[in-house]
Amino acid sequence: MNSLKRYAPQLTTLAIVLLLNYLVFPDFFKIEIANGKLYGTLIDVLNRGAPVALLCVGMTLVIATKGIDLSVGAVMAICGAVAASTVDSGGGVFMALSLALLAGLICGVWNGLLVSVLNIQPIIATLILMVAGRGIAQLITEGAILTFNDEGLIFVGSGSIFSIPMPILIWIAVGIIVTFIVRRTALGMLIESIGINQRASTFSGVNARVLLILVYMVSGLCAALAGTIAAADIRGADANNAGLWLELDAILAVVVGGTSLLGGRFTLIGSLIGAMIIQSINTGILLSGFPPEFNLIIKAAIIVIILVIQSPALQSKYIEYRDRREAEKPPADKENAS
Amino acid sequence: MMKSRYLPLIATCLIFVLAYALCYWQFPNMLSTRVVGNLLTDNAFLGIAAVGMTFVILSGGIDLSIGSVIAFTGVFIAVVLKETSLHPLVVFGLVLVITAIFGGIMGAIIHYLEMPPFVVTLAGMFLARGIAFVISTDSVPVKHEFYTFLQDSFYRLPGGGRITVIGAAMLVVFFVGIIIAHRTRFGTNVFALGGGIPTSKLMGVPVAKTTIGIYAISGFLAGLAGITFSLYTSAGYSLAAVGVELDAIAAVVIGGALLTGGSGFIAGTLIGVLIMGLIQTYIIFDGTLSSWWTKIVIGILLFAFILMQKGLLLAASAQKK
Repeated sequence: MNSLKRYAPQLTTLAIVLLLNYLVFPDFFKIEIANGKLYGTLIDVLNRGAPVALLCVGMTLVIATKGIDLSVGAVMAICGAVAASTVDSGGGVFMALSLALLAGLICGVWNGLLVSVLNIQPIIATLILMVAGRGIAQLITEGAILTFNDEGLIFVGSGSIFSIPMPILIWIAVGIIVTFIVRRTALGMLIESIGINQRASTFSGVNARVLLILVYMVSGLCAALAGTIAAADIRGADANNAGLWLELDAILAVVVGGTSLLGGRFTLIGSLIGAMIIQSINTGILLSGFPPEFNLIIKAAIIVIILVIQSPALQSKYIEYRDRREAEKPPADKENAS
Repeated sequence: MMKSRYLPLIATCLIFVLAYALCYWQFPNMLSTRVVGNLLTDNAFLGIAAVGMTFVILSGGIDLSIGSVIAFTGVFIAVVLKETSLHPLVVFGLVLVITAIFGGIMGAIIHYLEMPPFVVTLAGMFLARGIAFVISTDSVPVKHEFYTFLQDSFYRLPGGGRITVIGAAMLVVFFVGIIIAHRTRFGTNVFALGGGIPTSKLMGVPVAKTTIGIYAISGFLAGLAGITFSLYTSAGYSLAAVGVELDAIAAVVIGGALLTGGSGFIAGTLIGVLIMGLIQTYIIFDGTLSSWWTKIVIGILLFAFILMQKGLLLAASAQKK
């Protein structure tokens, strides 16, 4: 019950968005099985939301350490390109998957080293790979869209087990595994302690350096999975457009999910709900026949509303205001925020 | 200390000269006023936007909305010119007011709601591009005598090179930027903010006014960059100038500004923009290299400059001890 209350704002938002979707598209909740696979708009939301949901998992941990990972979109492109070029040069699915994951891991280690060992601001450290990464991906695909016909790899993007599409299974599994690892051990708390005060946690014996690298590695791995799914979905690796601007969607989903960008506190479940909220909005706008141009404006409005609610300044003002009202009548002069 | 302050700028200049010398060695034609003129014209919009970004980064913030504001400006100008009979200069003034207010509002939100600039300007980025989409999703051409007049007027350099209006505009913006940043009270306040908000508050820096001013300048210059871009392409397109903010940040870093704020030079940003333009020109001259090498080289340069800054900071703090 306690946890339900914790996610109340996110769940309410999701419910409202889903309800709006239902109103504009009455068949929204209809799910049917065809060709041994679940079909329906709701399933589509879960399926299409897979890349952002996966990115969210890594991004949440990174943001919890007061960092940010801008490179995930580019890493998706790199890993998709690696997977595609592996199957094209005769490697099997497992080879392709492991090489893609390895590429993601290497990208994560690189980001982690820059942030933890060289002490570069996370925004800038990951910006390097964000700029260079797409170039690297294009180097691998040689500028073309690398298509493939490997059944195994395509299965990752559009196959299904027990009639549930693979991408859904993958993101839910990754979400559960990572949540279990960080919340059933002290790892999550240690990550939060770095976000609150890196120096203090180092002094109290937390190996911040290793943990930071680890967190960026998880983010790289999640991006690798997302990139493979994105490539498998379209049966080709598009270095230019794979995962383009998805880092922003992922950051947005994490923030919407209730994780503060200031670090020190995170909720993976919230982030995953956030990812689904964003995907529902995207799908909803498409279904409603509303011009897709409004997509960005609606997104911007939602970020602003949620951020204003989360704003520390506003919260302390509200508490101040409430306390004053309880004590006596509020004084006439307003104190300057600065 | 004085010396280490100027080192990044000197290093940037050296790299630019070296890179140019390398290009000249391979393609002697690179050293002509034509190439120089084109370098200025082709990078004018990036340069103007990068000046705004330099102010923001000097204050320790970041502005992700620049590219979207450029696209919005372009679409706005094109559509207004098409639908009404207003003179382009009036439209320019109008759009500059809008973008400056847009930036100022973002600054106010950052300051009064104590929200990280990254997220606020991210929302601004979505909003500006969203509005551009709503105005028009098509590429709208601009046909106006005044546009042709501006595009056709240039100063001819010896050797056939042209300093176009937009190239000159970039140089003027840089000049004014340098004066504001290094010679006015506002500029000093910007540097103070970059050194730390609590410290600057204690010193009596008007934090609210300065923060709003910085983002208003960034918005204004993004608007000006949008005008330049619209003159450069003669069209307004809502998908234009995607990712310009990243190029601008890269130019500022390559130009030697410290990303944590508080130290850097507007002039360095100009060299940073020119280095990035030079890489592109080289790739065009070469003809066999693919465009993706630009991205990789810029990434490597970014990394090299950040490493150098870290080294300098370490050396400086070791000297103090």
